[in-house]
Amino acid sequence: MSIKDIVHRCRETNDYASLVSAIPYACTIGMGCMKAGDEVIFTLPANHSNIGNPTLPAIHGGVLGGFIEQSAQLHLLMMMETPTFPKVVDLSIDYLSAGLFRDSFAECKVLRMGRRIANVSVVVWQAKKEEPVATARAHLLLS
Amino acid sequence: MSDDKAPAQPLALEDGLNMFLNGVKHSMVLGMTLEEITPEGLIVRLPYSDKIIGNPDTGVIHGGAITSLMDQACGLAVAQAMSPDFDITPTIDLRIDYMRPAEPPRDVFAYVTAYRKTRSVVFARGVAYQDSRDQPIAHCVANFMRMGLSKVPWQAGPGAEAAS
Repeated sequence: MSIKDIVHRCRETNDYASLVSAIPYACTIGMGCMKAGDEVIFTLPANHSNIGNPTLPAIHGGVLGGFIEQSAQLHLLMMMETPTFPKVVDLSIDYLSAGLFRDSFAECKVLRMGRRIANVSVVVWQAKKEEPVATARAHLLLS
Repeated sequence: MSDDKAPAQPLALEDGLNMFLNGVKHSMVLGMTLEEITPEGLIVRLPYSDKIIGNPDTGVIHGGAITSLMDQACGLAVAQAMSPDFDITPTIDLRIDYMRPAEPPRDVFAYVTAYRKTRSVVFARGVAYQDSRDQPIAHCVANFMRMGLSKVPWQAGPGAEAAS
């Protein structure tokens, strides 16, 4: 089944688990997705294979980056009229504190949805949403 | 005294960087290897594998895996710049620009340099490529903070010996 078909089916059932599981990279880092009404929260459960700093231990900065990118892509996929994979053009991440070995959550905000480019802001937190471990902004190409 | 040991430096540096890399679980999961150390920087390889596919329709690698590669490679370049001293240097921020998708099923390389070192911050930048550095897949700049700790993770941890 193509991504387009998967997205359409997810919309009908309002369950996006099959979309996440269709993407090998998302499965590798162990991502998930929760819907709360119309809101979407992406999840990254604590996972040993995502560790970067072995002493703290802390999540690999690259994994947080991947989580952010994947969240922004999926967030847009869910909104798009004709769902095709948005391509990340650029991504800028600020690491505010170490992502510790515990569950992480991400929420995306589309600040601008143009015809071809979308600007998405992403916040990642662990304990409290008010204390983010990372913030990011990304531009994605829609067509 | 230690200045006299300059010729022996490359080997010790390579061992130290490999120990650093091997201690990073996620980079091992993705199969990253230190490919080459140059006077200015270093090259890290990310092998193509099914588990880093981002688009199942095309088999193109996910940008997230490239981000992990660049973050890891920049971290190693920072360690190289700090050498012969070591420090814990978390990433403060990272920006990545994607120029073109990586072509499946080929490996991706990162060439990175730590181009400026201050008392508190080390600045790194690099490119991800497949054929040549002149045809980059992505550009990256990342800054790292110097924690100023004498102990490094792979020396402090109980599994330090196992890492090599």
